Amino acid sequence: MLIKKFDPLKKKMLQIIDVYGNIVDESLVPKIDDETLLKMYKTMLLGRIADTKAVQFQRQGRMLTFVVNKGQEASQVGTAAALEKKDWLVPAFREFSALLYRGAPLEQLYLYWYGNELGSKYAEDVKILPINVPIGSQFNHANGIGMASNILNKNEVVLTYIGDGGTSHGEFHEGLNFAAVFNTPVVFIIQNNHYAISVPRNKQTKSETLAQKAIAYGMPGIQVDGNDILAVYAATKEAVDRARNGEGPTLIELVTYRLGPHTTSDDPTIYRENKEVEEWEKKEPLIRFKKYLVDIGLWSEEQEGKEIEEITNYVNETFKKVENSGLVPLEDIFKYQYAEMPPHLVEQYEEYKQYLEEVNE
Amino acid sequence: MATISLIQAVNQALEQQMEKDPTVVVFGEDVGFEGGVFRATAGLQKKFGEMRCFDTPIAEAGIIGAALGMAINGLKPVAEIQFSGFMLPGYNQIVAHIARMRNRSRGRYTAPLVIRMPYGGGIRALEHHSESQETLFAHIPGLKVVIPSTPYDAKGLLTAAIQDPDPVIFMEPKRIYRAFKQEVPDEEYIVPIGKAKIVNNGTDITVVAWGAMVREVQKAMKTLEGEGISVELIDLRTISPIDQETIVESVKKTGRFLVVHEAVRAFGPGAELIAMINKHAFLSLEAPPTRLTGFDIIVPLDKGEHHYIIDPKRIAYEVKKLIQY
Ligand SMILES: Cc1ncc(C[n+]2csc(CCOP(=O)(O)OP(=O)(O)O)c2C)c(N)n1
Ligand SMILES: [Mg+2]
Repeated sequence: MLIKKFDPLKKKMLQIIDVYGNIVDESLVPKIDDETLLKMYKTMLLGRIADTKAVQFQRQGRMLTFVVNKGQEASQVGTAAALEKKDWLVPAFREFSALLYRGAPLEQLYLYWYGNELGSKYAEDVKILPINVPIGSQFNHANGIGMASNILNKNEVVLTYIGDGGTSHGEFHEGLNFAAVFNTPVVFIIQNNHYAISVPRNKQTKSETLAQKAIAYGMPGIQVDGNDILAVYAATKEAVDRARNGEGPTLIELVTYRLGPHTTSDDPTIYRENKEVEEWEKKEPLIRFKKYLVDIGLWSEEQEGKEIEEITNYVNETFKKVENSGLVPLEDIFKYQYAEMPPHLVEQYEEYKQYLEEVNE
Repeated sequence: MATISLIQAVNQALEQQMEKDPTVVVFGEDVGFEGGVFRATAGLQKKFGEMRCFDTPIAEAGIIGAALGMAINGLKPVAEIQFSGFMLPGYNQIVAHIARMRNRSRGRYTAPLVIRMPYGGGIRALEHHSESQETLFAHIPGLKVVIPSTPYDAKGLLTAAIQDPDPVIFMEPKRIYRAFKQEVPDEEYIVPIGKAKIVNNGTDITVVAWGAMVREVQKAMKTLEGEGISVELIDLRTISPIDQETIVESVKKTGRFLVVHEAVRAFGPGAELIAMINKHAFLSLEAPPTRLTGFDIIVPLDKGEHHYIIDPKRIAYEVKKLIQY
């Protein structure tokens, strides 16, 4: 049991591959089949490239404000990979690669950040809630989904996310308390990327770790190297199994770093030193995982080159489609407000259409 | 006199009041070290120290609830909510406590505090970053709700808000934070809360607007002037309490009334103004008092937002309809 062994109050952090890509403890390496390992790595690459490209597109004036994910790919993919098809993912707003892994098409993710609500309409069998901007509120949704699963005997597990800054929010605390009281099958992930916009982690809370907050609520917590995908996966898998077996919620703190700005509107040079960023560049998650895969004979430089080229083309093609998607049809901004459009809204819609006709738009 | 933008005017008012009154404190998410995501509080921590200008954890109930406690115990808090959409977790504190404290303690405790927040659409923003929620505050007894539309008014109104004995919700139209600059006096001055401003004298119709919509009406007026239509434009400036006198007098003179607001229509300030006109200027009316507002829908994301945001063309169209009525 990793969760018992790595006690956050004793300042233990789970790590399986170190920053140089070497295995720290062979006995901790989770059993993952080759196909899944490759899917995990390829999704991280896709996440990284699509993220970098989105920032470029934004700088060229072709994309709106974009939440940047660089550096957090292991935290995102490693957690999402521990779920089964029938499970739920309830995101905050910085889980780009987790969403990709769970089957949200890149085109839709781009569409969302491009300012089109269709970006939140996933296919029926993709059990992801729309991106959640109001910090903390998603924790309570995750509990509700878990409670429904309990009451209706669905045996589903829910994975939800928050940032280090989000742990200050009232709903974070209400959510954890609810989870423990109702024994919900929820795995709570904190992506501790060290900043909430400009505010550093140590100004956000006086707790030594974020994982230890779990203990006060009566659930286990574990701190994990969030840039080590094997550790992220191993801890999450254990928590998912606990949830599946009716043993209740777990809180996992993933220690990672946001290598880019908060969003494309943010200027991180105001609040952090370049030196700090460079230190974390060395610990970033892709290099490590790649070395591991090469070491076990699953990956090579040639494959890497080919994959990057394929992904880059795919990302460019996808963004072109998004750019050509045009405006939202007028009807759509009215018709999804209610199951049936109420009379006052019909009137507003009709009057506006008449206006557009009269002014020839 | 310096020529400054609306956001700079906010910054100047804060700095001046902090300088003048050592009980003024300024805080919120990213407000201290960084100086705010919009730079409204830039330089204040450096100048006044971390005790008077500081970052808070991400917790709006904490920010707003603590503001009340500070106000009760001798401070003049000016809290920033990063975007008006994120005021909601603190709304309980505003409605259940801040607005009620004077009344329920029969004046023993009061809440002289300001809650500032950028609001409104038209900036191609993410979800929850484009709404206009003035109705949610104006509906609550005990609150004052202020919205500036120019740098000059922003400074004068914020100064008045900080000096006001009651809680003031200060909503800043972020779309025009940097849209234009204006000459603003360096010294302290007050623009009184509760007084609307006649921006333009006219004879054919009274148009009331606030925030970013004021400029849109002004743009529409250029077209309308060319067609011989004379608009009396009133910038409401204070949503609550409404300046009844200025508006009623104007409508009695022009006989026509249009309110333009960015917020959704249902149960909004437009309805309030029209009820007031019906009561006090009914016999002067030559056309039904009318509102041009946001539709009763969630503000669309960028690729549909152009339908929601009211532009000068639509304002001119509505005005002409009322003139021809
Ligand atoms: C309730 C609420 N308040 C404020 C915001 C504005 N905001 C967006 S992201 C952010 C910082 C979040 O930091 P953290 O939780 O660490 O997540 P990260 O952005 O680092 O992923 C803030 C304050 C918000 N989205 N929701
Ligand atoms: Mg963070």
